[in-house]
Order: sequence, then C-alpha cells, then structure tokens
Amino acid sequence: MYYLEAKNIVKQYASHKALDDVTIQVPENSIYGLLGPNGAGKTTLIRIINHITGPDSGEVYINGRLSVPSDVEHIGYLPEERGLYKKMKVGEQLMYLARLKGLSRLDAKERIKYWLGKFDIADWDKKKVEELSKGMQQKIQFIATVIHRPQLLIFDEPFSGFDPVNANLLKREILELRKEGATIIFSTHNMSSVEEICDEITLINRSRVVLQGEINGIRQSHKKHLFKVTFANDARIESNQLYDVLEQNVLAGHNTAIVRKNNGAITNNELITALMQHNELATFDEILPSMNEIFIDTVGENTNATV
Amino acid sequence: MSKIPLIIESEYMSRVRKKSFLVMTLLTPILMVLLCCIPAFITLFSGADMRNVTVVDQTGLYKDVYQSNDEYTYTYLNIETTAEQMRSDVEPYAYIVITDNLLNNANAMTIYSHKQTTATFEMDVVDRMEEYLREEKLASFDIPNLQQIIDESDVDINVSSIRFDDEGETQTSAGLATIVGMISTFLIYMFLFMYGSMVMSSVMQEKTNRIVEVMVSSVKPFELMLGKIISVGLVGLTQIGIWVLLIVGLGLGVSVAFGIPLVAGNEAEVLAQASNMGGMNTPMGTEIDPDMLEAMQTLAGIDFTQIVVCLILYFIGGYVLYASLFAAIGSAVDNEADTNQFMIPITVIILFAFYVGVFSAENPEGGMAWWCSMIPFTSPIVMMVRIPFGVAIWEIILSLVLLFASSIGMTWVAARIYRVGILLYGKKPSYKELFKWIKYKA
Repeated sequence: MYYLEAKNIVKQYASHKALDDVTIQVPENSIYGLLGPNGAGKTTLIRIINHITGPDSGEVYINGRLSVPSDVEHIGYLPEERGLYKKMKVGEQLMYLARLKGLSRLDAKERIKYWLGKFDIADWDKKKVEELSKGMQQKIQFIATVIHRPQLLIFDEPFSGFDPVNANLLKREILELRKEGATIIFSTHNMSSVEEICDEITLINRSRVVLQGEINGIRQSHKKHLFKVTFANDARIESNQLYDVLEQNVLAGHNTAIVRKNNGAITNNELITALMQHNELATFDEILPSMNEIFIDTVGENTNATV
Repeated sequence: MSKIPLIIESEYMSRVRKKSFLVMTLLTPILMVLLCCIPAFITLFSGADMRNVTVVDQTGLYKDVYQSNDEYTYTYLNIETTAEQMRSDVEPYAYIVITDNLLNNANAMTIYSHKQTTATFEMDVVDRMEEYLREEKLASFDIPNLQQIIDESDVDINVSSIRFDDEGETQTSAGLATIVGMISTFLIYMFLFMYGSMVMSSVMQEKTNRIVEVMVSSVKPFELMLGKIISVGLVGLTQIGIWVLLIVGLGLGVSVAFGIPLVAGNEAEVLAQASNMGGMNTPMGTEIDPDMLEAMQTLAGIDFTQIVVCLILYFIGGYVLYASLFAAIGSAVDNEADTNQFMIPITVIILFAFYVGVFSAENPEGGMAWWCSMIPFTSPIVMMVRIPFGVAIWEIILSLVLLFASSIGMTWVAARIYRVGILLYGKKPSYKELFKWIKYKA
C-alpha cells in the first residue's frame, strides 16, 4: 500500500523543465529518500505534493485517492529554506502554525505543552524567537513541523543548519515518528544518513528519475564484486584467474586485502575456497558500494551521457 | 475552511500589541501639533534678539517716526555722520540715513548696515515712514475731521455664499470647503503610503525570514496575502479610530472647559443653537461673535456625514488598490534597496494625484479634476478635494464602483505575482518577468 503516489508529474517553467515525467511511490510507514543534485527538481516535487504549486500534468494520490488542497493539514513540511517570525513569542508562534494546520486552540495548547516538555524547554514559551540561539530555533522549527501529528512528513535537507547534537535528536525523533505510523519523505544530499535510515529512494537528476528502489537492492545491483578479506598470517596473495588483488596491507602478522571477483559466475563460496587455499582466512566481507558512490556514479554518468 | 480569519487575527494582534504601535498612535498627533507650532516657536526665539538701529535724521523732520519696540531700539542722531564714521562703528545693526524732505525727494532715505538686513526689517522701516508721510500729507490739506471721514469711508462688506441643493439652500464657504477637502486629501495620501509600505515591508520580511515557505505549506499564498492586506488595513482603521476618539475627547474637554456646546448631536441643532445664541447672551455672559456664528452656519452647511462616509470608502478602496501593488512589489524583491525600481512609478502616480488634488481645490469642476476623480489610481485622493464643494451623487458612485472594481482586479494580479515572487530568491525580476508571472499557471 502506497501512502503517497506522484504519477507522471511534469512541471515546466518558462526557461526549463523542472520535472519531466517523474513518478514516485512511497510505501506507507516507510522512510523514503528523495535524492539528487542541486536544481534537479526535488524541491519542485515537494512543493507540488504540498500544493504550494501545481503540476502541468500528472497527479498526486494520497492514501489511494487524488490529493486535495486540504490534505496539507496531514502533511508536516520542513523546508530547506526555513524560518520563524522573529518578533513572535515561541508559544504564540507554535499556536499560530498549529492552528493554520487545522488544530483547535485547545488541542494546539496541549500539543505545544507536550513537545516543549519533551524537549525540556517548557520555560521558553514566553520567549521571543529572536532571543533564542540558532540551535534552539531549530527545535522550535521541528516542533512546528510535527505538532499537528501529520501522517506524512517531508523533510527537505533536514540536517543542514542543524548542529550535530540537534541533528542526532532530529534523527531519533524521525525514527520515533515512523514507529508511531508516519510516512516520511526525506530529501537530502547527506548520503550516509540515507543509508542509515531510508528504506527506499528515488534519485532525480536533470528533472528525471534516474534511479529508484530499495536501498539494499540498489546497493546489490551496483556492487562491483569487491571483498575485504583478512588473513591471520602475513603471507602475501597473488591475483589469479578467479580474482584480482587490488590492494594488500601486511602488518604485524596480518594481511588485509581487497580483492575483486573476476568472474561474476563464481559464487562467494567458491571465492572463499580459492582464498583459503593459500592462507588462514580470518574475515571475509563483501564491500557494497556506498550510496555516495552510487550517487556520484549515476549522476556523473547521466550528466556525461546527456552533455 | 478558509484560514484568512486566523491570519488576520494573528497579524492584527501582533501589530496592535507592539509597543511601537501604541507609541506611534499617541505620538503622531502630538508631532503634528508640534510641527504646526514650529513657525511660532521660531519667531518666539528669534524675536528675543534686540537690535539697535541708529537713525541719522539730517532734516530733523522725522524724529517721532521710529519708536523703540520689542525688536528694535531706535536712537536718533541729528548731527551729520559720515559714511566713514558709520563704517567704523559696528555696534548698531543698521543706520537709517535721511538726507532730505522725503515728500520732495522720495530717494532721500538710505539704510546702511554691516550685515545684510532682513527683508522684514526693510519693509517695517518703509511702512512706518510711508504711514507717517501719508498722515502728514493729509494734514497738509487742512480739512476738518478728515480722519473721521476716512474711517467712515472704509466700507467692509460680508459675502455669504449660498449653494442650491436638494435640501434647498445651504450656506457655504469656498475657504472652508478647501480646508476640509485638503485635510481629507492629505489624510488619504498619508494613509495610502503609510499602510501600503507597511504591507510591503511585512511581505518582504516574511520572504527574507524564509518563514514564507512554511506558511504556504499550510495556507494558499492568496490567503496569506489577503489576510495581511486586511489586517494592516484594520490596524490603520484602528489607528484612525483612536485618533478620532482623541480629537473628540479633546474637543469635548475644551468645550466643557469653555462652556461652549460645540458637540451637539446633529447639525440642525448646532445651527439652531447658534442662531439662538446670536441674539442673546450666552450663559457665560459674553455675546457671541457674529463671525463665529457665521463660521458655525457654514460648518453646518458642509455635509460631514457624506465626507466621513466617503473618506472611509475611498480609504478602503484606495488602500486595497495600492496595498496589493505594494504586496506584489514586496514579494518580487529580496531587499529594501531593490524596491526602488518598482516604487518610483507608484510614488509618481500618488504624488501626481496629490498635486492634482491640491489644484482641484481651485477648480473642482475642471476637466483634469473630473477625470482624475474617476481614474481609480488617483480618485481616492482627488475626489476627496471635490466632495466638500458638492459633487453629484452619481459621480461619486461611478468613481467608487470603478475604484472597487479595479481594487479587486489589482488584488488578483498582485496575488499572481505574489505566489511566484515569494518563493524566488536571487536576481531582481524585470517588468517583463513580472508579466510572465501573471500568466503562469497556478
């Protein structure tokens, strides 16, 4: 069951196409990564989902039905470019934003109390936003995003501008929100965080989807048959017709080597058998490509192909 | 459900609760009064300076003409004084040298000074001498009771102007109509600028604060813009309301203090009371001045209800028209400096309207005044000058319909620029791009 589906979205601006036939399907209760270099069209897609702007063609479905403007009450959006009313008090600000999302005054009050208490900042209620440090403002911004218990959360570059402590807090909260049933879309450049928390991703480059699927599947399909092996003695190993030795490091009775399986047809077991014949095998790990590498490869390839 | 009421509430409350709002609301009338008093203050302080003037009257005929007063101390010297002597003595402010009988020789008087004398001083010197000479000359005719004859021949007439209108005849005064018209025009002109630019800076602030994207993920850009325009307009009306209360309160205070029942429900009553008082003594025991009575009758001749209603309607229409323009500008630029390019045309239009308004007071039925009171961009300012002079009701209605129709149109256009502008950063857009934005699909 997909919580959100955007089908064949096309968005044309005067001089360029921001989105060209983009389709994404976000499973319910998943964390979905929306990746891509700057200017690829991620923010445009997010704005379309948020009804900030409309597509030229294509549809957005939420929970299986066509999305309508009032759906934004069930979406929490933390834009990349974010801010707060500097002169407003924290409590008023949260109340205003919560009520705009359709919460009643009473509910909003209760939720504000809950979140301020949760972050241990209940005494900030009467403080003006401009009196707070940047890190504190980020917490308020986060609360404003989740206060109406949205079923869909969209974070655009959530970690940019957050200090490591707050970034970690944010990550923890995001995972907790998922546990509570929310579906989360995550737009970012930070590939390590993608590997850590995303279930599925879509990579957009130059207004088109260039890669899509589950993280594990993508990493498997992009693997280069590299293995990290360590031996319990310091004898060196040599490349042969089954594998190439790309690197080895002999140190204090250990040999750490990176080998590439030459022929994709042999199984890992056969490779292990071959390696064992020379030395005492201590560890054997397949090196899967990082999302970062996949990102650079795919985007680079795609860019070269179109240039 | 529309979220506009929520936006209005929040925007309105956050503005009205600011200390600066209270301070400005109370200070503005005080500043205005002070501004009016400045000329009086200046003369008060500059007048404190005593100046010595030496009169060298070689004829000996004019020793009574110049008598010392608050500003000048006159000293007479009968002896001949050479230019050299005068030059070396820098103490007196000026020397008045009279060399001959002025009735025979009109050029016989000269003013010498070390510093340039003021025009008022010279005028004063000449006036006094001319007055004296006139009396001299009249005396020389030797006609008995001449002064009395002259005084009696000095005829004063009072012109009353009566305008025919639906209710019969109304006493009017061109002067008063001009004053009332100018005040209303000036008020509208000030409000358009003040509250219009308040909308603009608020839009720009939201954009540069980057809160706007959070906002538009909850509400439609149009709702946000309209909510802002309405709330600032309400702030304006609140401010005006407070001022009106202050003025009425002050007026009441004054009238109570002086025992003049100025604030008397409706005009007819004022008129009746004024007429009654004309003949008899007021409770204070002083007879009411006929001039005052006339002024009151003229005041009653101006339809204040109409003026106030029109003032409010033109304020609302003109404000919405200009505030949407200002909002569109605020959304299109990133910083204050970039607004200039777009502000200049608006400023020119408003200033043009203001000048047309000022000159319409001279000729309220002229072609220029008529057309400008119909064209929406100038009508709020120009029509307010014409109304105290009496404008046909159909003209007012036509002008208001045009104004409100174009206000709605302008809001629509502004909204289309706004929704694109608030999310675009960087380069300042050209007019061409703004037109493109209007045509974009939502």
